[in-house]
Amino acid sequence: MSETSFGLDPLMTAEEWMKSGRNVAIATVIETWGSAPRPVGSHLVIDDDGNFEGSVSGGCVEGAVIAEAMDVIGDGKARMLEFGVADETAWRVGLSCGGRIRVFVERLT
Amino acid sequence: MDAANLEQLNAARRARKAVILVTNLEHGTDRVIVEGGPVDSALSDTVAAAFRSGKSGICEIDGGRYFLNVHRPPAHIVIIGAVHISQVLAQMAALAGFDVHIIDPRTAFATPERFAGIDLTADWPADVLKDRPLDSYTAVVAVTHDPKIDDLPIAEALRKGCFYVGALGSRKTHVSRLERLKKEGLSEGELSRIKGPIGLDIGASSPAEIAVAILAQIIQSLRSRDVASPKGDKA
Repeated sequence: MSETSFGLDPLMTAEEWMKSGRNVAIATVIETWGSAPRPVGSHLVIDDDGNFEGSVSGGCVEGAVIAEAMDVIGDGKARMLEFGVADETAWRVGLSCGGRIRVFVERLT
Repeated sequence: MDAANLEQLNAARRARKAVILVTNLEHGTDRVIVEGGPVDSALSDTVAAAFRSGKSGICEIDGGRYFLNVHRPPAHIVIIGAVHISQVLAQMAALAGFDVHIIDPRTAFATPERFAGIDLTADWPADVLKDRPLDSYTAVVAVTHDPKIDDLPIAEALRKGCFYVGALGSRKTHVSRLERLKKEGLSEGELSRIKGPIGLDIGASSPAEIAVAILAQIIQSLRSRDVASPKGDKA
């Protein structure tokens, strides 16, 4: 297998990080409504230094997911996050495309 | 996610196997199901449908909520012919996320200098495809212009249900190609799947432009194939 298709693959990256002893959280888009930038199943992986690979949106909500992921790594409790223009009161960040996404964030254990 | 499950999932993906990670959204537990492997009866229909469609999503089974993340092998492009078009196509295809393998028995063409960093085999397709068989997640692009080299992999690609089969040549040479392949026992339906002349009709002229036309047509076939058909052969 060449490096091409897995070169920037978040799950391959997560495995490498785990094997080098880093704590890792995995965020996954599990539901989308309307115009969502990344399809269901997309991943963002985060380590405990805030390094990340992959994406769950086109860059709109990654910052918030990374912040939550640090807490998930800290306490080990999985979280369900929701982002979208409809949720401006709940979240300061949103998706400018107008869609909504639900993201599951869990620790790799 | 369970670390051992992540390793198993990635190992299956590296081996070009279709695989699903099932996550229980209430408990956060997960497990890996490799296509063709054992599945609980409660999940079997849902899992089979997910492998066919390739679509990830949430499902409710026996009151539990599960997320099924479907990973099918990344599309692969096998190029028959280490020609000028292939030099550019290989680079563009890699940028677009495809694995590329070039096969050409003509050692004058298939040189590492001309294809630095590209997976290149200087041997006859008949021999190479024995070790590295084609599958339905593979596109075959035949660009040597030489029936002795092109015909066999084209026939093999049609038989294996490759999601894209393209052959370089004018309308006239394509008609004679179809006649030869018909004698090899391929049906009209199978032969109609060959894209020839190859590439989307964008008036491409230079090798790089032709490579764009071919790559665009491969992406069109990949994204528009009938997901209900495992081989994608109804696209």
